[in-house]
Amino acid sequence: MDTFIQQLINGLSLGSVYALVALGYTMVYGIIKLLNFAHGDVYMVGAFIGYYIIANFNLGFVPTLVLTMLITGLIGVFIYQIAYRPLRNSTRIASLITAIGMSYLLQNGMIYIAGPQTRSFPQIIDNQMYSLGSIRISTMQILMLMTTIFLMIALQLIVQQTKFGKAMRAVSNDPEAAQLMGINSNQVISFTFFLGSMLAGAGGVLVGMYYNTITPTMGAGPGLKAFIAAVVGGIGSIPGAMLGGYLIGMIEVVISAFGNSMIRDAVVYLILIIILLVRPNGILGKHETEKV
Amino acid sequence: MILMKIFNRTNISWIVLFILTYFVLEGLTWAGIIDPFYEITVVNIFINIILAVGLNLIVGFSGQLALGHAGFMAIGAYATGILLVKMPSGAGLIVSMLVGMLVAGILALIIGIPTLRLKGDYFAIATLGASEIIRIAILNLPDLTNGAVGISGIPLMVDWRFAYFIAALTILVVSNYIRSSPGRATIAVREDEIAAESLSIQTTYYKNLAFLIGAVTAVLAGSIHASYFGVINPGQFTFNKSIDILIIVVFGGIGSVTGSVVAAVVLGIINVYLQQFGALRMIIYALVLIFIMIFRPSGLMGNVEFSLSKLFKRPQDVPGSIENMEQEKGA
Amino acid sequence: MNLKKGLVGLLAATSLLAAACGNSGRPGGGAANEDEEVKLGTVFATTGAVSAYGTPQENAINMAIDEINAEGGVLDDQEIELVNYDYTSVDTEAAQLATRLATQDNVDAILGADTSGSAKSALQSGTQHEVPTLSPSASADNYTIASDGGVEEWGWRVAFPDSYQGGALAQFAEQELDTEKVAILMDNSSDYSVGLVEIFEEIFSGEIVGKENFTAGQTDFSATLTSLNELDFDVLLVTGYYEEGGPIVRQAREMGLDQPILAPDGFGNQALVELAGEENLNDVYYTTQFTTLNENPLVDEFVESYTEAYGSEPDMFAAMAYDAAYVMRDAIERAGSDNREAINEALAETEKFEGVTGTFSYDEMHNPSKTVTILELQNGEPVNTYEVDPENL
Repeated sequence: MDTFIQQLINGLSLGSVYALVALGYTMVYGIIKLLNFAHGDVYMVGAFIGYYIIANFNLGFVPTLVLTMLITGLIGVFIYQIAYRPLRNSTRIASLITAIGMSYLLQNGMIYIAGPQTRSFPQIIDNQMYSLGSIRISTMQILMLMTTIFLMIALQLIVQQTKFGKAMRAVSNDPEAAQLMGINSNQVISFTFFLGSMLAGAGGVLVGMYYNTITPTMGAGPGLKAFIAAVVGGIGSIPGAMLGGYLIGMIEVVISAFGNSMIRDAVVYLILIIILLVRPNGILGKHETEKV
Repeated sequence: MILMKIFNRTNISWIVLFILTYFVLEGLTWAGIIDPFYEITVVNIFINIILAVGLNLIVGFSGQLALGHAGFMAIGAYATGILLVKMPSGAGLIVSMLVGMLVAGILALIIGIPTLRLKGDYFAIATLGASEIIRIAILNLPDLTNGAVGISGIPLMVDWRFAYFIAALTILVVSNYIRSSPGRATIAVREDEIAAESLSIQTTYYKNLAFLIGAVTAVLAGSIHASYFGVINPGQFTFNKSIDILIIVVFGGIGSVTGSVVAAVVLGIINVYLQQFGALRMIIYALVLIFIMIFRPSGLMGNVEFSLSKLFKRPQDVPGSIENMEQEKGA
Repeated sequence: MNLKKGLVGLLAATSLLAAACGNSGRPGGGAANEDEEVKLGTVFATTGAVSAYGTPQENAINMAIDEINAEGGVLDDQEIELVNYDYTSVDTEAAQLATRLATQDNVDAILGADTSGSAKSALQSGTQHEVPTLSPSASADNYTIASDGGVEEWGWRVAFPDSYQGGALAQFAEQELDTEKVAILMDNSSDYSVGLVEIFEEIFSGEIVGKENFTAGQTDFSATLTSLNELDFDVLLVTGYYEEGGPIVRQAREMGLDQPILAPDGFGNQALVELAGEENLNDVYYTTQFTTLNENPLVDEFVESYTEAYGSEPDMFAAMAYDAAYVMRDAIERAGSDNREAINEALAETEKFEGVTGTFSYDEMHNPSKTVTILELQNGEPVNTYEVDPENL
């Protein structure tokens, strides 16, 4: 039982990362139906920005996190304006290819700038271990969970309570009608990219601090997993992405812990396919009736 | 009658083009212009043509985004890798291809039948998952596949002529399929699924058929890859490989077989040219990709097809070809 | 309208093809490669998934060739010309580029590639065109074994073959650490890891109580480590590279797993200390090809100039590639010409070559026979070295 709870804590930490990255996928998909494959690399860029901020300015945890989120958010907007906006009116698959191109560009650009080697992330938090019976939890794990939950609540508030959030939901429902109602859809989409990339940046910094390693290729794996998390939760749904993220994290941990770690990824994909067969719109996805 | 059907204008123009290209290639090889390095480049282009034309049938003509083409390629490569070591002969190569096609075909149906019912991007995700499962299965069956180490020393039975022949065959099969009655049904499903359904076209059936043919052609590419390069391992068939093929399809033009061929050639040449740029190579490639998509979002060829008759400016002679349908719509 | 577009596209494509072919229209004499300059080519991944292994190798070779040229080159003051290619972590590209080096660039020998898969692909091209192909880091046993079971005539390496190292680890675990029960944490998507574990299991006479997996790029090992921690074992064998090894050591020690950790030479990187944390690197043993612990002016000089040139200390890959360049120079000097066959024969006669990764000669399977050094870390500092002679295996 203790082991189980211990594994639960492990799964929550891992799931937090997936959830943060999945949120960006789901918001962008929800609003412009784009599978933004560059999102995993935005998360990587976030980790590197955090690294350079700490290395050069020696700031504490909160300023580093906030600054990284702002910069990564702006990078996200920039990427949208450069690569996706010119393609708003062409096929979705064309934007998918620019997203892939952008992913290559970010990853290889970072290899070019920073070198391909794994580097360790500077430790700015005094990482303590707390023992509750035989269950151990670290400062970093608590911090990671708290930050993730805080960011998710903040996001939910922005989307549900603010005018911008309302506009986001309107554009997502019907972009043309929203435009007719006087909503500047371009601005709204930019804002969506800003929010999504901010969360990915936060994910990058947290991962860097928690696992202590960053590399230019770190975006690929979690990017794909977060994408799956977004789909499992119901792509386009914000609570769905959180749920999906934590679920994938848990499944991975449970399989590694109690099953065969060799087939972990295969099982994750299998579960994904099964969920899609049973609930094609994901667990919390809206069911849309088809219009003739 | 049947002969007339097979030797229609489009087929004849493709076949004439194939024969001409063959002699040009043979001539270039004989003159030493295609040296061993360009031969690898050319074979790579042929493999990419097979993959892209097959994937275009799925993505372009049936309208289903597939992100797992590398998985089927892996099946072909491993079928050939495993069987050709035991039967190092031409017959062994053919047998291994057939075995690979059988396995991939069954797998395509297992993936396709349940997921192609669904609308939206779910098929894309299911194919992505399936190809990762294939790769992990290969990693975890070391007795059969030699696990992560992969198989090396596969007999090199394939030369560029064989690859060229298979590429030509794939083009013919796919371009004939899309002009056949099931092919037109497939395109109808892409254009408007509900309308097609109301005309009693079994949409799932035609989507599956396209997926099946696409998957089977990928096996051929995998077999050629295995027996030309002689070294295979699971790392060669990752998600990135699937994406590379998708790039060729979109770059050439979704729904244009000619486009896929042209894009495979152009990207092959760009790749050779970029090799001298060292570390900047992938950055330039990424920028090229983004710029081309921004300035030509429908790809190099859009959905235009090659045909000889068009060179003589009589498009109306090719009744029912896709570009004609487009023109009719436009008019 | 559509017709015109199609034609333009077709024309553009043909002209591109013509342009590409035009480039190749130089007079290409394939076999004759005895020309004025000594030319070497490299094929490494400097972008993509395995670029962390390829980049330091390309760097070290660039540095070594610069040094050699500054000292007056080879064969009576001939400068070595170097052609570098990036195979972007795609194996078929490695084959293609090795052919490009052999035919278009007409090099005298090829250095590369890095991973066993890409190296095997490159060697295939090297063999076809009869160019000596020396991979610094290919470690799979089958790299130097041809498909008929004989030796790959043109293939050479600097790294330990996996069987050497796996055997040495097993022997060390039994003899020095008195191990009876071992738990294994491996990367089953890496041929390096799989190969090592296979041999370890074969040689090790004790019990293997558990075997768990991770995959390259993974950062969270807590689930696997938590379940390993439930088992009763004496030594944990972690077969992987420092990228995952560092975090594994950290997470293992943080959760109270305090058995000795045994690892292969993939741990050999200065980043290990930062990734794992000094306080966690206790009772960690890994094989190494080069250490600054023993007095060796060659190593000190190499570390110093590499650090100066590239801003970070050289890792195992850099060290092996640096040796590869000097092995090649040595062979060219002894061959007395830049004839490919002469170089290949000279490579076979490499005798007691003194490099930064140790002193070695080539055995009949083209593997370097060198002793395996195992380094002991306490508090992040190397404190002791053990030597295992693979000949006793």
